[in-house]
Amino acid sequence: MTERVKLWQALNRALDAEMAADDAVFVLGEDVGLYGGSYRVTEGLYARYGEWRVRDTPISEGSFTGLGVGAALAGARPVVEIMTVNFALLALDAIINMAAKIPFMSGGQFPMPLVVRTPGGVARQLAAQHSQRLEHTLMNVPGLRIVTPATPQDAWWQLRQAIRSDEPIVMLEHELLYFDEGPLDEGLPPPPMHRALVRREGEDLTLLTYLKGVGQSLEAAERLAAEGISVEVIDLRSLRPIDWERCMASLEKTHRLLVVEEDCGFAGAGAELVARLSERAFYLLDAPPRRVAGLDIPTPYNGRLEAATIPQVDDIVQAARELCQA
Amino acid sequence: MERDQLRAMLRDMLLARRFEERAAEEYTKGHIAGFLHLYPGEEAVAVGSLHAAEPSDWIVSTYREHVHAMVRGMSPRAVMAELFGKRTGCSRGMGGSMHLFDRALRFTGGYAIVGETYPVAIGIGYAVAMRGLPEAVLCFFGDGAVNQGTFHESLNMARLWNLPVLFLCENNHYQIGTEIHRHSAVAEVYRRACAYRIPARRIDGMDVLAVYEATREALAQIRAGNGPQLLEFETYRFRGHSMSDAGAYRPRVELEAWQRRDPLAAQPAAEALGYPTQEQIDAAGEDCIGRFCRHLGREGVVAEDELEALRREVDEIVEDSVRFALESPEPDLQDAWDSLYAARGKEVLL
Repeated sequence: MTERVKLWQALNRALDAEMAADDAVFVLGEDVGLYGGSYRVTEGLYARYGEWRVRDTPISEGSFTGLGVGAALAGARPVVEIMTVNFALLALDAIINMAAKIPFMSGGQFPMPLVVRTPGGVARQLAAQHSQRLEHTLMNVPGLRIVTPATPQDAWWQLRQAIRSDEPIVMLEHELLYFDEGPLDEGLPPPPMHRALVRREGEDLTLLTYLKGVGQSLEAAERLAAEGISVEVIDLRSLRPIDWERCMASLEKTHRLLVVEEDCGFAGAGAELVARLSERAFYLLDAPPRRVAGLDIPTPYNGRLEAATIPQVDDIVQAARELCQA
Repeated sequence: MERDQLRAMLRDMLLARRFEERAAEEYTKGHIAGFLHLYPGEEAVAVGSLHAAEPSDWIVSTYREHVHAMVRGMSPRAVMAELFGKRTGCSRGMGGSMHLFDRALRFTGGYAIVGETYPVAIGIGYAVAMRGLPEAVLCFFGDGAVNQGTFHESLNMARLWNLPVLFLCENNHYQIGTEIHRHSAVAEVYRRACAYRIPARRIDGMDVLAVYEATREALAQIRAGNGPQLLEFETYRFRGHSMSDAGAYRPRVELEAWQRRDPLAAQPAAEALGYPTQEQIDAAGEDCIGRFCRHLGREGVVAEDELEALRREVDEIVEDSVRFALESPEPDLQDAWDSLYAARGKEVLL
């Protein structure tokens, strides 16, 4: 049965379903309990599961994320919510030095069933310390998995898969997507957690993107279709690992590559996508790959300037047009 | 205490000393690389505290953890082979000296970033408390680690939620080369615990029986549901911080005083931290192992010939571990990928 729900509601249902299914699952973070979560993702869970399963923490990102690591070592399945990815910078020791390393350093003895959920991205004039994207940093960490649900259906699927996985997983969410509505069929069988999905089929151009870029790219593709340019929009859904086979299959058809990312362009997700796909598909390409990315600048508070530092639909349309004229 | 347990503790201390001395030799021969942080001088802490723990308890340790691992039950072979980077090592050659792990023994690692043991320990404690199990977590850290934010964050949460964690400070008075009075505004670590309402005591870390008793009492409190406890063990490392550190920053007179510390004169007081006078050194006795041997001799637990037999036994165990490590195969790259992706491909498709 398909319903229409908001993305936060899909995450909420996923948590509820997994907590009901397994006593080892618990949620912790700032204001996740009594308050219900700053984006309502944990709403109602405190009343249903009690304080041990839904734990309000002090403002100690480093140690409560590390607490998640320790709990995972002892067989629990913690879901750590870090209120925004900007605060996750205080938890990088737990994520990078501990969660990502322990299974490896122990010779594979210890699984790490840890999920760290954290919203990020440029929202609405929150200024430089509250507008960051951390994909570039986390993508460079062997041992981590990174998932990026852009739709309620993916939020439902991927959060449940992440909780059931024995690998450490960072779920990057976008602050502007929580209240977007979309279809959700709880009974639909999920694709693998890292599988890239084609959101719109096309012939002329492969557009790789994730999170907020998905909606923007679909809008751009609609406009480009009116000009006779057929864009294939692929939602990567996972930034580590990346579903290279899905990307390659599309490039074999379109011979053109465009990446759309909100993160700063320098050494970001797009850099890796373009580099790796150029290595693999160099002779397939009819034009140099392009990236539409955030500018390499901290996010300004001023609203017009903020918008100027991140990709807009117009930017995507223009880049696609130029790419297809090349 | 039972005779058998006293002898087991003595044996562990002798084994610890011999193992570490032998590891240093193998390091100079080039069989062990990287960082090698050795434990001589501090044996009473690991042996006393871990003998007081139950098999169902959990251990979280630092990068100076060979002895903790062995006292916990890891075979000297598995530890030495790990130092050699061999596939037969406890961590398959992926971890090395600073990252010993054994899931079956609930030995959840050596951590090489100072201050990481606290959040890991409260996390394990949280999982234990959530299930209402009668288990405790022993969390080791050094005096240098108490100025990391994780110390304060974790002690706060441990008390807040009454977690079954025993914080064990191995205060050897130095963070590498910086003496405690130069790195801590409050040099008595145990006094910091009161900020979080955690009961804490300072114990003579050169006296294995004092360490054992204090740990046993603290664990009993934890198991009674009274929440976290902290013990500060005053001890001393006889060597430098690691094999690449000669420890030249420490006054000779201080090193000698600790090496011959008189058990009867030792007072667990703040003033004992000052540099000792020549008279105090002259009045000093043996180190922690020597004093324990003498104590067991006096009490009739271990006779002189038994002591010699024990020394021969640990010599043979250590030599065997070195032979084993030398003969063991190197891991290959596939072992590394297997270690990284041990949990990969097992995703549950809902």
